[in-house]
Amino acid sequence: MSQAIAIEARKVVKAFGQADGAVRALDDVSVEIRKGEFFTLLGPSGCGKTTLLRLIAGFEMPTDGTILLDGADITYLPPNQRPVNTVFQSYALFPHLSVAQNIAFGLQMLGKPSAEVKARTDRMLALVQMESMAGRKTSQLSGGQQQRVALARALAPQPKVLLLDEPLSALDYKLRKDMQLELKRLQLETGITFVFVTHDQEEALTMSDRVGVMSAGKLQQVGTPREIYTTPANRFVASFIGETNFLPAFAVPGGVKLDCGAVIEVAGLARQGRTTLTVRPEQVRLVDTADTGAIAATVKNLVYFGTDTHCYLALSDGAEVIARLQSPSNGDVGLQVGQNVALRFVPGAAQVLAD
Amino acid sequence: MSAAEDAREKASVRNAWYLSAPALAVLTFAACGPLLIMLVYSFLTPGQYGNVEWAFSLKGWRSILVSEDIFDPGVFVWADAHLSIFWRSVKLSILTTLLTLLIGFPTAWFIATRPPKSRPLWLFLITIPFWTNLLIRTVAIFEVIRNEGVINSLLMGAGIISAPLQITYTDTAVFIGMAYVFLPLMVLPLFASIDRFDMRLIEAAYDLYASRMAVLRRVILPIVRPGIIAGSILVFVPSLGAVVTPRILGGGKNMMIGNFIELQFGQGRNWPLGAALSMTLLVIVTVALLFYVRAANRETSHG
Repeated sequence: MSQAIAIEARKVVKAFGQADGAVRALDDVSVEIRKGEFFTLLGPSGCGKTTLLRLIAGFEMPTDGTILLDGADITYLPPNQRPVNTVFQSYALFPHLSVAQNIAFGLQMLGKPSAEVKARTDRMLALVQMESMAGRKTSQLSGGQQQRVALARALAPQPKVLLLDEPLSALDYKLRKDMQLELKRLQLETGITFVFVTHDQEEALTMSDRVGVMSAGKLQQVGTPREIYTTPANRFVASFIGETNFLPAFAVPGGVKLDCGAVIEVAGLARQGRTTLTVRPEQVRLVDTADTGAIAATVKNLVYFGTDTHCYLALSDGAEVIARLQSPSNGDVGLQVGQNVALRFVPGAAQVLAD
Repeated sequence: MSAAEDAREKASVRNAWYLSAPALAVLTFAACGPLLIMLVYSFLTPGQYGNVEWAFSLKGWRSILVSEDIFDPGVFVWADAHLSIFWRSVKLSILTTLLTLLIGFPTAWFIATRPPKSRPLWLFLITIPFWTNLLIRTVAIFEVIRNEGVINSLLMGAGIISAPLQITYTDTAVFIGMAYVFLPLMVLPLFASIDRFDMRLIEAAYDLYASRMAVLRRVILPIVRPGIIAGSILVFVPSLGAVVTPRILGGGKNMMIGNFIELQFGQGRNWPLGAALSMTLLVIVTVALLFYVRAANRETSHG
């Protein structure tokens, strides 16, 4: 993958409403999306991720800032002049046109000769495995099939960037899993830059080359799925991506001291005073109570999830820690509620975050 | 409800059709009875003081197209006056349909894109003219366009024209009047279909390189076509049969079919001709609609 930049947003601000009562949907967002990568904008609803997508598509103009495509300023270019296509959340297929006519629409609007339109449409139908449905009306298709048509329609004009606005949210779990793989395959086959918007962190982690986590109109962190999961930049990212434990602590030389008295080593800690320690549930281990450095805890609750069991533990000061234990073959982790146990964190797993 | 239950339910409703028999009988009688009377009358001989004499005659039908020379019985000439009335009626009705479509579409679009809360108010405003009698609405238009009326006074007051524009008693007056009177009939069905239109499709088309014109022609118009067809029918049919508007605004000279038919049953004392004209009007409307609907549907299926 080359490192050339496909889309660049520079200090983009988007405010809705009048000057005094304005809501900042995007607040000084800058991001670089590389050519040929699968980039995901992840965040809760209302975080501004769809607004950023709409600015890239050209449906809306930013209040301030610049958007570049291949280094050229496209900030104020209308959508029909941008080599960027969108897969809409609602699909927005044309109900009066057949599957093939839907796919051909963009090519026809570009004024391609009809032989080329036909050939490209056929290729797109094959790419999404919808050849047998070419003549159908879109209303006769299932959700997954409509999704494929929407993808083929947006890919047919060979855009430089494909924007996908939560395209999988209307599908059921099984179909969503299939389409995730399908999307990844299409992206690799076409080599087109994908910008994917979702609120589903699992989707973001499994499909993306890089993820941009958004909250309250700001980009919180950009990185590979692994970076975002293992080294979250702040408390929001840590809590939004996966589950995590937050423990109030106090900075001491070489680490932090929990309120229950236990001292946890944290490398390179610059902070002073009160802070918060975070550790993923799968990085919590139950150990022998006699172990040195073990923290005493009481089992409060056990929840069976199939592959693993969540063990809700209370420390001596009442702070709650969740440990994710792998379920043994008989499904019984051998713990009882009320039992006194000891835990420790996998070395290096506990981190202190900015708020 | 299961499919079987659903089918059973439908079958039991179908089997109870006789419950609606009284209503059907009244409707059949009310719809077909007058038509049958007209059909029979069109083949009879005119009575001395109106009404008909029960003697078979084709004169009523014949005189639609040709008239017999008064001085030279047996010699027939084309009834130019009748044909020009037909032509004027069809022309004015088509123009009225086009004008109401041109004005009605943006209006309906405007209403359909208002916030849901204020839409009922706008629709209410559109229907307000229906609260007033057609005659009064037509007279009101007359007041606006007559020589000493609002338009001429304003234009003359502003010095744009020196003599009043003669609008009343022309085809233009009839055209303006009918467009005004029938506009709501175009707006309401258009609103109904635009209201169902998914505005996101505009963004989708725009995203796929469509120009504004292409968005309108390739996406909006084909999808709201049922509303355009319904509105056109609702305007065209009553326009073709209009009586009050052409009488008041067109005067006696610029007759339309409706006035001509009325004349035969009144001063003309030629009921068979009136009946034949009525049947002709029915045929024109039916044929025109068949052509229109077929053409519109063909365009839809070929997208």
